[in-house]
Amino acid sequence: MTPTLPAAMSDALFALTLALLVLSPLTIAGIALINTGLGRSRSASQSLLGNLAIVAVTAIVFAIIGSVFAGSLPGGAGHIFHMAGKPWNWLGSGPLLMRGLDSAPAQSQLGLVFEFMAVALAALIPWGSGADRWRLVAGCSTAAVVAAFIFPLAAHWTWGGGWLAQLNANFGTGANFVDAGGAGTVHVLGGLCALAVIWITGARRGKFPKEGFSTAMPGHNAAYVLFGCMVCLVGFLAWNLAGAILWMNATPATLPRTAINTLLCGSAAIAATFAVTSIRFGKPDASLCANGWMSGLVASTACSTLVSPAAALFIGVVAGIATPLLVEVLELALSIDDPSGAISAHLIAGLWGLAAAGIFAPQHGQMLAQFVGIATLLGVFLPLLFFVLLLLNRFVPFRVDADGERIGMDLHELGGGAYPEFVIHRDESYR
Amino acid sequence: MKFAGLLVMPAGFLLAVAALILFADPAEQLGFVLSGVAVEALGLGVAVRGFMLASRENRQ
Repeated sequence: MTPTLPAAMSDALFALTLALLVLSPLTIAGIALINTGLGRSRSASQSLLGNLAIVAVTAIVFAIIGSVFAGSLPGGAGHIFHMAGKPWNWLGSGPLLMRGLDSAPAQSQLGLVFEFMAVALAALIPWGSGADRWRLVAGCSTAAVVAAFIFPLAAHWTWGGGWLAQLNANFGTGANFVDAGGAGTVHVLGGLCALAVIWITGARRGKFPKEGFSTAMPGHNAAYVLFGCMVCLVGFLAWNLAGAILWMNATPATLPRTAINTLLCGSAAIAATFAVTSIRFGKPDASLCANGWMSGLVASTACSTLVSPAAALFIGVVAGIATPLLVEVLELALSIDDPSGAISAHLIAGLWGLAAAGIFAPQHGQMLAQFVGIATLLGVFLPLLFFVLLLLNRFVPFRVDADGERIGMDLHELGGGAYPEFVIHRDESYR
Repeated sequence: MKFAGLLVMPAGFLLAVAALILFADPAEQLGFVLSGVAVEALGLGVAVRGFMLASRENRQ
């Protein structure tokens, strides 16, 4: 199924979009740094290698299997069934191994590149949530499953001319589900995967002792985390601009607003988190501010093309206030051990961004379309991901054994640490 | 309990889909879709509680 894109694209716009797509992996690099910095020092090498391995696995699996179901390139008619007299395009049918890539329309080629980056990012998000206990082979297996079957389904529905992209034509909703930067298809999907992984692997040993509050296990390198946030800004700008051109047919005149809104969302969010943590703890918290910054950028991926700068500021402030509070609620009240904060910074911020796009977009019917998309993401993909990963856990156990967790993932899985000259500290988590 | 919560969530999705088919008025559609999201939130809440209780039982 050919994506719903115009047939022609000028050479200048093609070159601009390609340049933006080449910059977009900076988001992946930034999140890799954040995932590693928020984990413990004895798992740093395994974490960074895992990030690289997941990117590689998703690229290979998506090229072989996922791109067929995503229907990114013109190929078959797609899998359509009819219900209540309406066509439901639910699965793509692209050429095997991307045959005919060179002769495909320019937009389809670029759309495929976008999806390669998107699937890597979606599979990378849960890696930080399973830090310090999720085995490398299990992380790669999960990435393969996500890239082969789960992400292509979401990508086809949203970007590949699937039923969510045709809501207005088929149901007269007034607008189609809009997700230019991948708030739903990448961040909500990745966050749901993170939640499923946390439920299946369980908390880190010693995180929630039998008595008393949860044990604080701060990240080992705040510099990695904060530098990762800065790298992410470039990546998210590129991501949002490329998405606006590819999936919303944005004209060059609207691109500066998209870029400004992206920056405003992130800035407002970190300012709000800075204020909340200063009030809450007496001093600003670096890792929570990083999560606030990320939540603002993630929210912007849904709405930066649609809303005004004033609305972008408001969306960022809400994301920035909610994130540190949610991190506390998830850990202290709900016993969810999420070292990288993916659930608050990706899942919930992504949902908020999608909803905000509907609330603040000037187009009539956008709110309905956005909430149909949110209902689909939550109602279909969380149960699907959980039960598929639960099955995968039977064949490839997710959790490392107790000894491996004690000595650290670096020594256990790789045979050497990231910082061999450092003194190994006593493990406070074993009491 | 945790699996029951997760199995309730697709029901919310089906409510949202039913809204598109059954109603023509956008306000009615939105109301029904929001009800679907609310059902999903309830299912998620039950699942989270189920996992939380299981986690508390396994604390070391």
